[in-house]
Amino acid sequence: MLNFVDSVGEAVAGIKDGSTVMIGGFGNAGQPFELIDALMDCGATDLTVVNNNAGQGDQGLALLIKEGRVKKMICSFPRQSDSWHFDARFRAGEIELELVPQGNLAERIRAAGAGIGGFFTPTGYGTMLAEGKETRILDGRGQVFETPIHADVALIKALKADGKGNLVYRKTARNFGPIMAAAAKHTVVQVSEIVPTGGLDPEIIVTPGIYVNSIVKVA
Amino acid sequence: MSSQSNSHAGIQTSDKPLGRDDLARLVARDIKPGSFVNLGIGQPTLVSNYLEPEQNITLHTENGMLGMGPEATGDQIDGDLINAGKIPVTELPGASYFHHADSFAIMRGGHLDICVLGAFQVSATGDLANWHTGAPDAIPAVGGAMDLATGAKDVFVMMTLLTRDGVSKLVEACSYPLTGIGCVTRVYTDKAVFLTGPDGVEVRETFGCTLEELQAMIPVPLRAASAVGN
Repeated sequence: MLNFVDSVGEAVAGIKDGSTVMIGGFGNAGQPFELIDALMDCGATDLTVVNNNAGQGDQGLALLIKEGRVKKMICSFPRQSDSWHFDARFRAGEIELELVPQGNLAERIRAAGAGIGGFFTPTGYGTMLAEGKETRILDGRGQVFETPIHADVALIKALKADGKGNLVYRKTARNFGPIMAAAAKHTVVQVSEIVPTGGLDPEIIVTPGIYVNSIVKVA
Repeated sequence: MSSQSNSHAGIQTSDKPLGRDDLARLVARDIKPGSFVNLGIGQPTLVSNYLEPEQNITLHTENGMLGMGPEATGDQIDGDLINAGKIPVTELPGASYFHHADSFAIMRGGHLDICVLGAFQVSATGDLANWHTGAPDAIPAVGGAMDLATGAKDVFVMMTLLTRDGVSKLVEACSYPLTGIGCVTRVYTDKAVFLTGPDGVEVRETFGCTLEELQAMIPVPLRAASAVGN
């Protein structure tokens, strides 16, 4: 069921304590700042957050971590020059980290959306990130079994939506948006523009509206 | 710097060690025309400064783009157009955008010809350690390093040969946590270019030292490359 809502607060209202929330974006590109701010305001806590990073600077995901609302991060690259809020929580033992090679992160999210129960990949074989995981030699290469990452909610940012919830993105801000939209039970999208049904060329649509539940226009 | 001789004496192609830019120029020259290439964060990014238009190289960035152009300046800066190091970049004619799973399928599916990465250590058989020092207080961050290392057809490493303490980073076996096993095919350093593989280490050329002097710095057996060239 697709809803167009009037405010970011309304868009995130259904997020409960303990939810797993995928948040789009790579660095600041594609990060849905307004939806994250609304998530902050709605008070949901004990969240497991899936994002490539663990917040940068003093905005968005970084603030959610600063305020102690995230109990676990699933990400590939938490440590950056400006990830001080994550660093502080992590060093204090106040946040759990599941570190995932970036391609495994993307493919595990994709697998969830595609109904794949798991997959073998050479990435990480023989490294500490494969410790405790099932391995096999396939096609002569050591491979590691990886499982899908499902989420209760995805918060993503797109450029435009049409009346059917079809989405297009902008440049490298696309990043995790399309795969997170498919992997979550409920997908919330902030867009810069909503166009009438038929206003987007079907040949250029990146995310079909079937994956989208709530759309809010953000100025 | 070109090497014409297979003799041990002719293996030295420069009378002094190479600086970072000279090394980047050498790597750029070694990339075959028409290649699809991913340049890692840091020193490998310098390689892009020396790629010639006639080489027709297409740069991939793992956050979802082929056809990446130079770093953006002034009015070109667009927060929606960044590279893997989160630096604003530009797009070249013929560029394409795709989502993260497709971007990593490009790596993991073996479609990239070359990736160039930095390293803490490389072993004699091409094991790579470049993501984590293993120090107890370090916050680990892996990013796309393991996917690049295992997915690209050729993995080139750029690094200084020695640590600040004078210890070789080309080692018998990596002591730092591994990024990938047997994945590195070439190591470009200030003092030499090495070819690594299951049969051990060959030296393609040396800079500012002889093969014998180089061997004295490195705890793994070296031999001169049998055929000079790529």
